[in-house]
Amino acid sequence: MRGFGIWGALALSGLWAASALPAGAYQIYVTNEKSNNVSVIDSEKLAVVKTVKVGRRPRGVLVSPDGKNLYICASDENGVEVIDTSTMKLLRTLDSGKDPEQFTMNPSGNPLYISNEDNSEVTVLDIEKNQIVARVPVGVEPEGMALSPDGNVLVNTSETTSMAHFIDAHTFKLIDSVLVDKRPRVAVFSKDGSRLWVSSEVGGAVAVIDPKTHKIIKKIKFEIPGLTREEIQPVGIRLTSDGKTAFVALGPANRVAVVDAETFEVRKYLLVGQRVWHLALTPDEKLLFTTNGNSNDVSVIDVASLKVVKSIPVGQSPLGVASSPH
Amino acid sequence: MSKNNLHMGSSFKIFAALRRRPVLWAAFCAFCLCAGALKGAQAQEKLKIDIGYIAYAKPPPPLYDLEAVPRDEGVKGAALAISENNTTGAFTGQSFELTEALVEPGESPVEAARKLADKGLRLFIADLPAAELLQLADALRPSGALVFNASAPDDRLRGPDCRANLFHIAPSRAMLTDALAQFLLVRRWTRALLVIGPGEADAAYAAAFRASARKFGLKIVAEKPWTFGPLARARGDNITEAEALNFARGGDYDVIVVADEAADFGDFLLYRTADPKLVLGTQGLVPTSWSAVHIAWGAEQLQSRFLRFAGRVMRPVDYQAWMAARAIGDAAQNQKSANPEGLRAFLDGPDFNLANYKGSPGSFRPWDQQLRQVLLYAQPKSIVGVAPQPGFLHQRSVLDTLGADLPETTCHMN
Repeated sequence: MRGFGIWGALALSGLWAASALPAGAYQIYVTNEKSNNVSVIDSEKLAVVKTVKVGRRPRGVLVSPDGKNLYICASDENGVEVIDTSTMKLLRTLDSGKDPEQFTMNPSGNPLYISNEDNSEVTVLDIEKNQIVARVPVGVEPEGMALSPDGNVLVNTSETTSMAHFIDAHTFKLIDSVLVDKRPRVAVFSKDGSRLWVSSEVGGAVAVIDPKTHKIIKKIKFEIPGLTREEIQPVGIRLTSDGKTAFVALGPANRVAVVDAETFEVRKYLLVGQRVWHLALTPDEKLLFTTNGNSNDVSVIDVASLKVVKSIPVGQSPLGVASSPH
Repeated sequence: MSKNNLHMGSSFKIFAALRRRPVLWAAFCAFCLCAGALKGAQAQEKLKIDIGYIAYAKPPPPLYDLEAVPRDEGVKGAALAISENNTTGAFTGQSFELTEALVEPGESPVEAARKLADKGLRLFIADLPAAELLQLADALRPSGALVFNASAPDDRLRGPDCRANLFHIAPSRAMLTDALAQFLLVRRWTRALLVIGPGEADAAYAAAFRASARKFGLKIVAEKPWTFGPLARARGDNITEAEALNFARGGDYDVIVVADEAADFGDFLLYRTADPKLVLGTQGLVPTSWSAVHIAWGAEQLQSRFLRFAGRVMRPVDYQAWMAARAIGDAAQNQKSANPEGLRAFLDGPDFNLANYKGSPGSFRPWDQQLRQVLLYAQPKSIVGVAPQPGFLHQRSVLDTLGADLPETTCHMN
């Protein structure tokens, strides 16, 4: 993710001027699981500037490193849709295997690593050839996907097996499986690759794992006055690139926890919309966007002041969220 | 690991690995101290966990019954959970096996279970009526076996007749009728006509509803026994509607609560009353552990998994048997053992929680070993809501607003 300066310069040099968006604004893409569309939010206007129809049950979403393509898991179409971000038109649908839910991309832009929720598999998909290059059997209801920053280790969480599976990203053989708390949803590596964060929705905790030893070094629990243990269900996680702060979405607790990523202490809880699922930081890390599945909106958090500055109505049951890289 | 290692002895594999990677020594020592440690899972002997499933064979359906009880009700739920446990077990070095003992009417489920116990089984899931369930738990007690009640809703099993080796996965009648009472209270439909069927179970359901009405401040304005015989299912001729119209006429009530566990007439009531009254209870709007139309909180995944596995929709008893086998699997996974005493302590403790696709995880009440769980308000084609209803608060868990709470329990296990 180095070289934002260069990209910023590129943006000014005309490529992005053509798209009629103000320079410096990012596009935030939100998948609306039940209205089968994607809301595009402009990070400066903090408003939806476009709504685009996509395949049924859009869930996982990511943007290619060059910013040109948007990838969407259209779960009920059994495919990954590729959308041109400049026109927001569908380019093609990739053969993702059954019921794709979440995915991650190699930093080179190829391949995609996809969790097939209904199939207990992780699918590795060559984007260029639209060809499945590997299928890795994992636990029941695979969900979260993460690739280590060095590109060597792929991690998948299986919700019903309650494990983080470590997979060799070159041979696609299973290396190890680490038992975590119930219903692990999201896995995220720290930027330096020294920590893996895994959220357990039903277990109500986040496990911080040492990716070398595969040992859990810390379990972060959340306590919010007035809420029961059952209401606190960690899902989405985002880490700042300086390694100092983690944001954890707490589902029906309607809050995002701000965690000191060095001491693992919870510093603050930010009240957002209802049933907060996933999170996305703008590349400059000034804003954090949250999808709120039950209130059908997106909350915007100012990272410097740790304040919720806006809520933006989107489609029905917003789930996934990703930011353009520039 | 290279291919030619595949046929080597497991202990050799460990040492070969250790030679190559000295850093593994620490893990190996931990493995020695703790026989079931995860790191050694692939190399060690698999821990086998045998579970017995005891039930009466379901009678074959009549010529045509829209929702006939399937022959494999319950056992398919347990079997699906076993396959899920085994997926996890493939990574943790555990293997689960289900042995079914389905007995015909007149045969003894206790004898069938004893035969399995003689073969060493210590974990049982039972789909049995209360009397046989108690006999089973008592007969198996000397062996240290645990029994998981997948279907009997009787409150006495969680009260005076509770047993230390008996866990209840099925919600008690008190939980079901407390859920019903909460719903009525939130809607402010506080005056009920209670219609009671002829069965013992119907009387028990009615008793549970009376207690719930007291607990939550509802008024039962009248109680009427159903004396017209089975209608909705059994009788070909139709009762004259006048009788039913007359039956429910005139009372100053908001809703009809029906106690008809055999489903003989409850479905007949709706739309056949003089006044436009809703029906709730065992028919109409039904508080239940599970319904095939429930798809929230990831339930869609379990529904479609079960549909593929069993070729039919998941019924409450299937779901309860599924939860029983999943609870055993989770406990065995946590304890790295199949020792019933250890499993029991873990299940009763604060660290056990069961992901059961209803938003809040299930856990056991240590005072009567009832699984506390969210319940659904189900219509035939849609879910109307979940219990506990918002606003019913509790100092421990809102789930304890359903059923016998600690201060009122009549269960004394020791």
